[in-house]
Amino acid sequence: MQYLCLIYHAEDVGPQPGGPDFPAFMQAYQTFTQEVVEKDMLVSGNALQPVATATTVSRETGKVEITDGPFAETKEQLGGYYLLECKDLDEALVYAAKIASAEHGRIEVRPVVVWDD
Amino acid sequence: MLYALVASLGDLQLAEDVLQYAVETALVYWNRHGLPRSPASWLLQVARRKAIDRFRRDTHFRRLVPDITYLTELERSDDGPETVEEIPDKRLELIFTCCHPALDDKSRIALTLRTLGGLTSEEIARCFLDRPGTMAQRLVRAKQKIALAGIAYEVPSGERLNERLPVVLAVLYLIFNEGYSATSGKEAIRRELSDEAIRLARMTAYLLPAEPEVNGLLALMLLHDSRRATRQLGDRTLVPLEAQNRSAWSRPRIDAAVALLKSTLRQQRVGPYQLQAAISALHAEARHWEDTDWRQIAALYDLLYSSQPTPVVRVNQAVAISHADSPVAALNVIDTLADIPKIESYQPYHAARADILSRAGRRAEARESYDRAIDMAGNEAERHLLITRRDEL
Repeated sequence: MQYLCLIYHAEDVGPQPGGPDFPAFMQAYQTFTQEVVEKDMLVSGNALQPVATATTVSRETGKVEITDGPFAETKEQLGGYYLLECKDLDEALVYAAKIASAEHGRIEVRPVVVWDD
Repeated sequence: MLYALVASLGDLQLAEDVLQYAVETALVYWNRHGLPRSPASWLLQVARRKAIDRFRRDTHFRRLVPDITYLTELERSDDGPETVEEIPDKRLELIFTCCHPALDDKSRIALTLRTLGGLTSEEIARCFLDRPGTMAQRLVRAKQKIALAGIAYEVPSGERLNERLPVVLAVLYLIFNEGYSATSGKEAIRRELSDEAIRLARMTAYLLPAEPEVNGLLALMLLHDSRRATRQLGDRTLVPLEAQNRSAWSRPRIDAAVALLKSTLRQQRVGPYQLQAAISALHAEARHWEDTDWRQIAALYDLLYSSQPTPVVRVNQAVAISHADSPVAALNVIDTLADIPKIESYQPYHAARADILSRAGRRAEARESYDRAIDMAGNEAERHLLITRRDEL
């Protein structure tokens, strides 16, 4: 099964670019990515630009409406994701907990729907 | 049988459905043709065939091909009569699935009771004051999450077992407590819940003999349960341990628990449930309140606090110290909690503090603490008891 690990954290919490703990933080991400690549579990994964760059669109009113900002104004924001191939939820949770940002944020784990064509 | 089906189908809802179908079919068929040689294997076979049928009709057909292949193989290898003994015991897998931390607390309890305890969803709803429809929905949602999120039907191994076993034990203890000290509900239903929790703990202990904490929990439940008849007068008054009629405590339960605890402690892998059971056993073994071995109880609470540094344990530790040493010494201990946020709204803190203060001769402060404890009392029985004590000051 595939599980999407959504990485949520407050942008001003945890290691910041340029800070003393940032290189180790990036290294932890690299180590993790390497591990899931080697175990053939990584489907895809990306880091996102800060939430200040987010734009939200909707056609709920019948016409396209564009607003600046994320879908939800919460303190913790989506900062990146991993899409992993796992045996079951337990395995997905083990790997989600290894993601470096789990130390100062939260990882939401969602199973991916399998469509039959 | 349900467990065996879940194991081969990997889907709790489907297993329940096809077993239900098999039983209904059996009622008609056996009535007409007599009992088959092995009713258990007959039922399993019908249930499995129904499952294959369902899989074939399922729109997810292609994804399920491996499942069908497996089932068809099972079906083919089904030549000799299968006896109940040969049905693989999958109860342990099932209890770990029902108590998976990815499910919310209430769903874990409900699912465990429904699947392993055999309570109907109406009965479970009554226990938890839910509407039957709400409880049924909760069960459906939980089963859907297990299926869609891919929660495995397996016993976690190694380090993961150490993380997951406490969750299972907590669910069983919650079920027991709901039956033992529920703030509401009819006595008969509550009795059933406690018995069910004891039965499930016994089953888990049997299936996991290498884990002493399971027996610790079982002993603890038996000890609490031995006092069941004496802890409440009518349906209003909660009788404190001090005033309970000890001759009415159930000796067979106490003896069973103490024997179990002794052999468990010998494994020398002590945990919080064994410690709590040991404390409870010391109470059970004291012929009179005055004979209670408070020194040992205080020492056990000290150990318990080092593994579970919670206000609950602190409060009980202080009560033990107030008897083993002095109320003044106990005040020093309980007052270490004063800085903890939210302690003001923790009722047992005020109730224990009131008692200790009154025995230390600080009556005005004791009265104040009693007033708070009374305001926050969880049920009528407790409120009544605290009012009586305050008025005796």
